[in-house]
Amino acid sequence: MLDKTLPLAEVAGKLESGMTIGIGGWGSRRKPMALVKEILRSDVTDLTVVAFGGPDVGLLARAGKIRKLVYGFVSLDSIPLDPNFTRARERGEIPETSEYDEGMFVAGLKAGANRLSFQPIRAGLGSDVMAMNPDLKTVRSPYDDEEYVAVPGLRLDVSLIHLNRADAAGNGQYLGPDPYFDDLFAMAADTTILSVEQIVSTDDLTAKAPPQTLLVPRIFVNHVVEAPGGAHFTSCDPDYGRDEEFQKSYVAAAKSDSDSDWTEFEERYL
Amino acid sequence: MTTQTITRADVCVAAVSDAFKGSGEVLAHAVGIVPAIGVRLAKATHTPELALSDGEAFMMAAAPPLLKTAAAGGTPEAWVPFRSIFDIVASGRRHSMMGASQIDRHGNQNISSIGDWRRPKRQLIGVRGAPGNTVNHRVDYWVAKHSARIFVDRVDVASGVGNDRATGTAGRFHDLGVIVTNLAVFGYDDAGLVKVVSIHPGVTPEELQEATGFPIDAADAPLTREPTADELKIIEAEDPKGLRFKEVP
Repeated sequence: MLDKTLPLAEVAGKLESGMTIGIGGWGSRRKPMALVKEILRSDVTDLTVVAFGGPDVGLLARAGKIRKLVYGFVSLDSIPLDPNFTRARERGEIPETSEYDEGMFVAGLKAGANRLSFQPIRAGLGSDVMAMNPDLKTVRSPYDDEEYVAVPGLRLDVSLIHLNRADAAGNGQYLGPDPYFDDLFAMAADTTILSVEQIVSTDDLTAKAPPQTLLVPRIFVNHVVEAPGGAHFTSCDPDYGRDEEFQKSYVAAAKSDSDSDWTEFEERYL
Repeated sequence: MTTQTITRADVCVAAVSDAFKGSGEVLAHAVGIVPAIGVRLAKATHTPELALSDGEAFMMAAAPPLLKTAAAGGTPEAWVPFRSIFDIVASGRRHSMMGASQIDRHGNQNISSIGDWRRPKRQLIGVRGAPGNTVNHRVDYWVAKHSARIFVDRVDVASGVGNDRATGTAGRFHDLGVIVTNLAVFGYDDAGLVKVVSIHPGVTPEELQEATGFPIDAADAPLTREPTADELKIIEAEDPKGLRFKEVP
């Protein structure tokens, strides 16, 4: 059987500065935090980050590793705003941004996954998303008088996603209420690094859960990293919920006027 | 005999409920505590076919405790993870009541950032689904703290599309309904401009104008209706801890 297991410590070796990196999960839910920490510990920088943003985006922004951010929102869910992200934006520390409507973001990922140059969508028309993304173009329907936004395909060099279980070949399983868009992230990427709570045998995947939980097929996965607690402090239901107390301490350190509070938190966290 | 004093929060909940009257069999999307109670009230009274969400991945036949997900109780009736939500948005079978950090006289809404978006004075959450919601289905807004900082002459970022921008394909399914605030209920006139529909009991037209950053005419506005005794019972049952009073004291 194929063995794609990769030690956590070798993840950064698969990444290079300047890459376009997709990060799965949603807000402060099932974020591949163990993988993100590996980026933070490395000298990889100058990244284009594509994400439904949570603390992954906040941490990378605070560390100055984001050259361009493609996002629909950045939120910690139970706490609406991530102070590291808002601070970076207000100080002009993210050189380039592409703020999309959430549906447009999904359309871009779908186009990327399907190797299409764009996908049409109604969302974005009439809004300032068009002004904030001057490269965005509209497309006339060849069938009637409608005009849609042509969301360019989002292709990713690498996707980082975190699921509950996988086998060593890279078949990934989610056990929580929502798959988010992790399968799309995997399909839109040239290389996918999947971290999981636990690597199990292929038999075990369907012994305890229905086959519909098998979200990401191995044909879209290059590396599997066993990282128990790998989404902490974001949620990874049903294995664990969000660590709200820890998230509060993250926010307090990020908000603090004293840089040493943040440095102390970051050192403890990493 | 004692006279029961109707609270402002309960007036707001009833106004939200009224906004969903006649929505039909659609998914109700309600951001905020008062809107969350309001859609439950609508379903329990005049619009039983309304579909409620648990705010996570389920449509709920019986709603979970307020602000909790299906994991805390209730009865799921359909699985609607985020990937389904964007398809439901595009299908039009949805009715949103969203929040707003800024709203202008045309009904443009901003939740993205304050100031120049290139380097904002204050970065907010991002446009989220507002651009898509407003060009696909009925959208209302809820403003818990009505002020001239929110009701502005011009929004810094049009996240939700206003009536003046809803042309061509953007206007095909565009449908702005009402704006419920802690002071009043607004709608839009024939020119698509924000107009006062009713003013909440205890609010004067002068107060309302002062808290609104563009001219409005509230002189002849009727009073927003008070909830009935039956409605108050439902509201109390849905929100026994009184979370709504944190939003509207």
